[in-house]
Amino acid sequence: MSFFTVDSISLQFGGLKAVDSVSFSVEKGEIFTIIGPNGAGKTSIFNLISRLYDPTSGKLFFEGRDITEVPPHQIARLGIARTFQNIELFENATMLANLLVGRHCHATTQLWQEILFLPSVRRAEKEHRRKVEEVIEFLDLQAYRDKLIAGLPYGVRKVVEVARALCSEPKLILLDEPSSGLNVEETDDMSFWIRDIRTDLGVTVLMVEHDMTLVNRVSDRVLALNYGKVLASGTPAEVQAHPDVIAAYLGA
Amino acid sequence: MRFVFKTDYDQDIRLLKHSGYWWSYGVLLALLIAFPYLVGSYLQSQIVFVFIYAIVGVALIILTGFTGQASLGHAAFLAIGAYTAGFLQSQGMSFIVYFPAAAIITGAVGAMVGFPALRLSGIYLVIATIAFAFIVEEILARWESVTHGNEGMRVRTIDFLGQPIPRDSDAFYFLCLLVLVGSILLALNLLRSPTGRAFIAIRDSETAAKSMGIDLAGYKVKSFAISAALTGMAGVLFAHKMSFISPEMFTLLLSIEFIMVIIIGGAFGVHGAVLGAIFIVMVDPFLTTLKDDVPVLGASLATTLGMAPDAAGKLKETMSAIGSAAGLKGAIYGLIIMMFILFEPYGLYGRWLKVKLFFQLFPLYKKATFKRQKTYVKSERNR
Repeated sequence: MSFFTVDSISLQFGGLKAVDSVSFSVEKGEIFTIIGPNGAGKTSIFNLISRLYDPTSGKLFFEGRDITEVPPHQIARLGIARTFQNIELFENATMLANLLVGRHCHATTQLWQEILFLPSVRRAEKEHRRKVEEVIEFLDLQAYRDKLIAGLPYGVRKVVEVARALCSEPKLILLDEPSSGLNVEETDDMSFWIRDIRTDLGVTVLMVEHDMTLVNRVSDRVLALNYGKVLASGTPAEVQAHPDVIAAYLGA
Repeated sequence: MRFVFKTDYDQDIRLLKHSGYWWSYGVLLALLIAFPYLVGSYLQSQIVFVFIYAIVGVALIILTGFTGQASLGHAAFLAIGAYTAGFLQSQGMSFIVYFPAAAIITGAVGAMVGFPALRLSGIYLVIATIAFAFIVEEILARWESVTHGNEGMRVRTIDFLGQPIPRDSDAFYFLCLLVLVGSILLALNLLRSPTGRAFIAIRDSETAAKSMGIDLAGYKVKSFAISAALTGMAGVLFAHKMSFISPEMFTLLLSIEFIMVIIIGGAFGVHGAVLGAIFIVMVDPFLTTLKDDVPVLGASLATTLGMAPDAAGKLKETMSAIGSAAGLKGAIYGLIIMMFILFEPYGLYGRWLKVKLFFQLFPLYKKATFKRQKTYVKSERNR
């Protein structure tokens, strides 16, 4: 069985089929990209995987385990972290606090211990901080530790979101349009980081992306969607050459 | 300006971050300990009320400021704490027993109120908490075997392990101070541990909080329970300070006063609770003096400006009529809230920080430093 499998999953909003029995599987250590025109259902698939939406039908398997019924707050504990297309950071907190929230799924201290701030809580906090510092180092965010998110530029926020997801030490990371709103240089950096996340940290990457240069540069496999249905899947070159994909983008 | 050179993670965890903190909070503590020996009994009693309001303020900051859940029901939590104390004391229990008992019972009720909060947000949650407050008020009035209904209830002097603590004594002042310091420490400890960060995460983005592994339901209920328990403790102190409690003391206006504490003080930090409490408690005697003095002052001013004596007398009457008009206090409160929201959204503590920064950066302070930045559109809300 594959590392992560989506088995003929569907999502229906009233009469609209946002996702129509989509199946694919991601192997461990792979960078897998979902592409497709606007409204194709890419982000809906992400929301299904992170359990923000309940699928109308179909199943999700992660490391051989059925996660279709797992509550959303348990997903991070299983090792799936995500970023959001429109940046969902905690605006009125410092970057450090944001990254520490990313460690939440590893929190072991009880409420009463925290109220008294026992030595065990202090130890756990330092351990979380050490892990967070590793991620800060990895993504070069040292300059922003104590800055409020509300005051950071867009490009930095994008990176902070990836950092927050990495802080949870995921096995699978879902990146929703990591390069949207970034300039050419920042997109370059992002593509290096995505490869480093896979190669150095050993995290499997599943991403949604529009920038085909980035997709070609980093992806091992690509899945093209339109109107909630799978058009094609395979290597980036194969998918781009597929007549249905060309038709969907150019309207032939 | 001070730059703290950090070499250890402990420096970010520690509450007193550098020597300046030790100095300023040390002096503050010394002042607070010296107060009972320096000020008169009226002022001391007002300061005790400041402490009680500040405890409720801390409770509200945990719920509203950190977790982002509004509540107009805190007068009811205060009432539950107060009545638990009154009833258990009349059953012959000692302060040592009923003080924590009141906190636990109020906390449990708070958790129950927290459950609707899982589905409600914003204005709808406010309405639900108002409804809760009305229910509590009604129960207090009707459940006569326990609460003595609208007649009210006497609360006897605290018996602390055989040692009486009268409500005007220095010991009572220190008891209230101790509870306030304790609740501030509780809030600060929460804030530097996973639970407090989860609260802030829920406030800023529920969607992201959920995908970071935060159980929204659990943490909202926790936040309500902690906030209610603190308010319950304040209620016990309040009951003893008043020495008499009746349902009409715990009205919507009191809940509004509590909300004002954090709006005026600034809901983003625990300092705000104390500053707001000072403002709210001190504005009442100030308004009373104003009501008595302004008409006399106005009339004498009018006479010196050459107004006929009987016309001046009429002016004085009109002014005192306006001053004693029903609902004036509420109107003034409303005006104060509006002014703060419009011109000082970060409250007194925000102003304090701005003034501090002005001196730290002098002469480089820019007016735009605290201008709100553009917040990026959030279209992907999955409510």
